[in-house]
Amino acid sequence: MSKERIQISEALYDIMPSDYQDLVKSATYGKEDRGWKDIGTSKELIEQHSLCAGCPESMAFRYILASLPNPEDTVMVGSTGCTSLVFPMVAVHNIHSLFGNQNAIASGLKRALSVRFPDRVKDVVVLAGDGATVDIGLDMTLQAWFRQEKFTTICFDNELYANTGGQESGLMQKGFVAKMAPVGKLFDKVRLPEIARESGCHYVVNCTVSKPSLVEKVIRNAVHIAREIGPTYLQLYTPCILEIGKNSMEGLQEMRDSEKPTERFAYKEYVSEPAKQLLTELAAKDKERKAAAKQLAGQASA
Amino acid sequence: MSDYRVLPGPEHFLPPAAASMGIRLPNPGEAHINGVIAPEEKAYEEAARQFLMAKVPTIFPGPLVLWAWNEKAAKKATAIRHLFNTLKECVQAGQKPMLIPMPDYRPKYPKINPEVEINPNHPNLTIWHNKIDCCIFIGVHCHQANLSLKIIRGGTSCYTIAMCAQAGHEDAMLSFRDASVDKIMRLADTVKRLKGTVQPRLSTAKSGASN
Repeated sequence: MSKERIQISEALYDIMPSDYQDLVKSATYGKEDRGWKDIGTSKELIEQHSLCAGCPESMAFRYILASLPNPEDTVMVGSTGCTSLVFPMVAVHNIHSLFGNQNAIASGLKRALSVRFPDRVKDVVVLAGDGATVDIGLDMTLQAWFRQEKFTTICFDNELYANTGGQESGLMQKGFVAKMAPVGKLFDKVRLPEIARESGCHYVVNCTVSKPSLVEKVIRNAVHIAREIGPTYLQLYTPCILEIGKNSMEGLQEMRDSEKPTERFAYKEYVSEPAKQLLTELAAKDKERKAAAKQLAGQASA
Repeated sequence: MSDYRVLPGPEHFLPPAAASMGIRLPNPGEAHINGVIAPEEKAYEEAARQFLMAKVPTIFPGPLVLWAWNEKAAKKATAIRHLFNTLKECVQAGQKPMLIPMPDYRPKYPKINPEVEINPNHPNLTIWHNKIDCCIFIGVHCHQANLSLKIIRGGTSCYTIAMCAQAGHEDAMLSFRDASVDKIMRLADTVKRLKGTVQPRLSTAKSGASN
């Protein structure tokens, strides 16, 4: 699929809201090396959203959508939470599942897409909060990994149930007191990245979204590995500034503070052996492609 | 045959699905007017009359025609533009035909801009804002059209027409079936033919949407 498939009818072009016209004119569908650097120069696949000012989740959303390698053939599966408010504004196919069901839905979807479109690459990406991934949906999350379902699971970890006022979640850090968890968390943050690795994920990353280039890299790796080898898991720290008592402009610093080497979101990556091999092959192909493009550009200018 | 009639509302917050009240869909070659099966020819005349009477007759094209999925869709879009241009030529001073797209079915937060689009989850916003008193849906998937038609009938006094590419809509006040380029053009021709024979509702203050 490419932009040729999504032309607006000429006779009705002028009445289409400008968001849709811009998507056709300048979005990055079909662009091989799309990435976060397109933000600001191309139409983003996310329109206005109703998340709070300065919300790190909105940053993460932008980077992820800019980094998907194949957005025109990607289906995202979301779950209840703040992300549900963004999905209606996203120009990528998406399904809103029941709370916690997202990995079960994605399993069926991925299999159905493989049958329906055997000759086309179709990516499925789950995007859910920590409550949906680790508490209510843990069963579905783990079972999908055990079955080696070929899709990426992204967890927006804000360490509590932010959307409903600040209840304790499994990924909350020990001792943290939230608005609706006044006693404080009594046990440690669930170590889902380690569980993911033991459950069969081929690529696992735990990080914050403070660095867009890093987010781009891990998203592309995760999607490519899921496409070819098996399940992948990304746990991204997207703090809820309201629930941890920060101001709009303090989200970025909160993430930077939390990714220091001794902190809980210090960059951690696990890559299985087959995935390592695939990444090496992809890097070599990418290098070749760039060299060819450079040569072509050189010939054109000569 | 059911005594229930599909009439302009506001009926009430949750109007019954017309099908549940015994309204049935027309057979090929037929249409329904207010839930009563009628010959298609009569429906063209009634639809054209409603357009020419309305203060703000409006066409709502949906994604099936807004996007050029195939040649047929592009041709339908051209026919819709022709219908709109015909309407503009045929109305009298004070009437304001509109062409407002339904580009998306997903609810938009915090809300849509009712001046430039209509959304099936709250079509009443666009109807109210623009004081639309007669509208036609073309190229909207049936389940979304049904949703919109029921909400409009529940909360507004707008007269609804459906130009359905499938079997028609019970919840519209007037519904064609098997929509095609020819049928859209035929409706435009009927509007042209009836030009000047219908008195617009301009003097009655109660035209347009109520809430």
